Amino acid sequence: MRTLIFLLEKEFRQILRNRQTLRTLLIAPVIQLIILPLAADYSVKNISLAVVDNDHSPFSQKLINKITASGHFRLTGYAASYPEALQMVEEDQADIALQIPSHFERDLVRENNKQLYIAINAIEGTKANLGGAYLASIIRDYNTDIRLRWQSTPTQPSTQPTPTQPSTQPTATQPSTQPAAGTQPSPADAAPQVEAVSTNWYNPLLNFKLYMVPAILVVLVTAMAAMQSAFNIVQEKESGTIEQINVTPIKKHIFILGKMIPFLVLGIILFTLGLLVGWIFYGVVPAGNLWVLYASLIVYLFAMLGLGLLLATYSATQQQSMSLAFFFINIFNIMSGVFTAVDSMPGWAQAIVSTFPPSHFIKIMRMVVLKGSGFSDIAWPLTAMALIGLFLNTWAVLNYRKTS
Amino acid sequence: MRQLLTFIRKEFLHVFRDRKTLLMLFGLPIAQIVLFGFALSNEIKNSRIAVVDYSKDATTTRLISRIAASSYFDIQRSLAGAGQLQAAFKKGDIKMAVIFPASFGDNLQHTGKATMQVIADASDPNQATTITNYLSQIVTDYNTELAKDAGQPMQINPETQMLYNPELRGAPNFVPGVMALVLMLVCTMMTSVAIVKEKELGTMEILLVSPFKPVYIIISKLAPNLLISVLNLIVILVLSWLFLDLPVKGSLLLLITCSILFILTSLSIGLLLSINAQTQQAAMMGSLMGMLLPTMLLTGFLFPIENMPLALQILSNLVPSRWYFIIVKRVMLKGLGITAVWREMLILTGMCLLLFTISLRKFKIRLQ
Repeated sequence: MRTLIFLLEKEFRQILRNRQTLRTLLIAPVIQLIILPLAADYSVKNISLAVVDNDHSPFSQKLINKITASGHFRLTGYAASYPEALQMVEEDQADIALQIPSHFERDLVRENNKQLYIAINAIEGTKANLGGAYLASIIRDYNTDIRLRWQSTPTQPSTQPTPTQPSTQPTATQPSTQPAAGTQPSPADAAPQVEAVSTNWYNPLLNFKLYMVPAILVVLVTAMAAMQSAFNIVQEKESGTIEQINVTPIKKHIFILGKMIPFLVLGIILFTLGLLVGWIFYGVVPAGNLWVLYASLIVYLFAMLGLGLLLATYSATQQQSMSLAFFFINIFNIMSGVFTAVDSMPGWAQAIVSTFPPSHFIKIMRMVVLKGSGFSDIAWPLTAMALIGLFLNTWAVLNYRKTS
Repeated sequence: MRQLLTFIRKEFLHVFRDRKTLLMLFGLPIAQIVLFGFALSNEIKNSRIAVVDYSKDATTTRLISRIAASSYFDIQRSLAGAGQLQAAFKKGDIKMAVIFPASFGDNLQHTGKATMQVIADASDPNQATTITNYLSQIVTDYNTELAKDAGQPMQINPETQMLYNPELRGAPNFVPGVMALVLMLVCTMMTSVAIVKEKELGTMEILLVSPFKPVYIIISKLAPNLLISVLNLIVILVLSWLFLDLPVKGSLLLLITCSILFILTSLSIGLLLSINAQTQQAAMMGSLMGMLLPTMLLTGFLFPIENMPLALQILSNLVPSRWYFIIVKRVMLKGLGITAVWREMLILTGMCLLLFTISLRKFKIRLQ
């Protein structure tokens, strides 16, 4: 026990002495946490749209107005033809090309049916997915709108269509569409309608930052914990000072504990700073219990420090440990659900991801911070993390040799 | 010149002797391309949802079976009451709940209108928006069918076409992203340790007292990393062509030229870091902590740059991978020629020259 305290004193001194390390360990992550959530904004609000309006009717005009008024789309320009609009998509000037065919209004009125052509640049899948969904829902609303207006004012439409169209056309179709409604044709009478009222729980304003801040904090803690512990041990290997410790009667596990505890403490400090930054700058206040968060953090740090230790036992130089750590961290970052949902991955990939400690911790963070989940809700990811941690640490201790 | 060649040979020996690092350097792009290419998808499918049906009539049964038939939803279970919803959401068992109030079908038949409630777990806002939309689509379709008898007028049928990536695979977006990310980080990191390592081990002194020009030291340090990066690039291109069905649509020569330009820029960044750092650890943390997240976020392949605050949009202009990402998307995926990318190439060239000149200026030939 006393040896451990001496070792800890040595480690803390070494870390605190080096200002540059301390800067990269604590200040750089905090600055990143302040800035990066601003960048990680996936709320789709600026989809640029190129419109080919071959109809030039009040109907097409109203549709375009409705789309641009939604706030999700930005009209970048009118194109004279569909190929020209596609050209704009190709040159990244527009994300979506919308073609309103000629006789859009006339055919809608006369034949009750008309196509709209939409081409979406699908290279950025999420944007395409959401953009397409938003556009579809706006067109759906628009469709209901014009239908209601049409039905509630049966005599009006004869004056509305473009002058080129004979005004008798719309009224001719009228009887067939509304045979029953002679008086006061309200939309409800026209056809039974199911209405879906949707509510968004836990994040009613759909604030994307609430979702990203906890995950980015995990990414920063991960980089610090796993890498620093690896670097630190390898640094002693490379500079040869580890030999001096190896010849002393210090036990393997004491030495490892001495290396792990400082980084555990640093990790907790960084995490606390991160929570404060999230609260001050982004108003993220954990809905759940802080003890749940900190207990999970300690389990998580245990697992990640174990990984760092394991990487250290396999590398002889700092460069090696860096490229190893980089390998894992890069894959963890992209696969663990920070940016794309783990749920939409195929089964085999989900199985792989479930062995990554960050994927569990990110899940826990989001559950506790946003939904206020308690210990019983996070029991499974927490157990998984503990098991992975135990496995990594056992492996690392077994693989650590005092003699080469 | 012979001096330079000998030195380059020395550096190559250093790099190729370290098998573990090499393995990682080549393993990383392979693992990333395979994992990201096959696993990442932006399509949201099989979302787990719960249905609470207080009505249990023919209409709700029909609607529920439609929701169940959709590939977007996976009805997890039918909860007995809305009281259990909170718990299910908190556990993360379900992403959305659909609630049919009592006498739903009756209302629909008699008053012609019935309201169902949809509750989405909006802790992931985009997923919530997308699946709510899928559900509205199903309801709208159902309404259209209900209205068939009443003769629904004025049906607009949007015909949507997904260009370049009809199946919404993650790969077409992620391959250029991974290329930008891997090349940038590998180059920066490998180079950032190169010079500071000699400083730390004390061998820099020997180099400096030798009659060897400082610029030669720098060039010989960069040469192996350039080669490794080009090899990495080729591996990525071959893999994405063979496994992900993403061939280079445009000119291969143009793509490789642009890539080399980008690699040189990244090498210069690493060089600058290396010259400024005191220890290997500081250089590595600088290149990792300082570069990893900004590169990931400001390149534009994870988050759209036009959504960012103006200051960050301006900042993102300084990230070379942002320009390279645009080039790769245009040349590799869309098959455009040099007329579409000359501006980006010019920017990269400018960055590269500037960074290299600064590094050369800052490179000290005295130790202290």
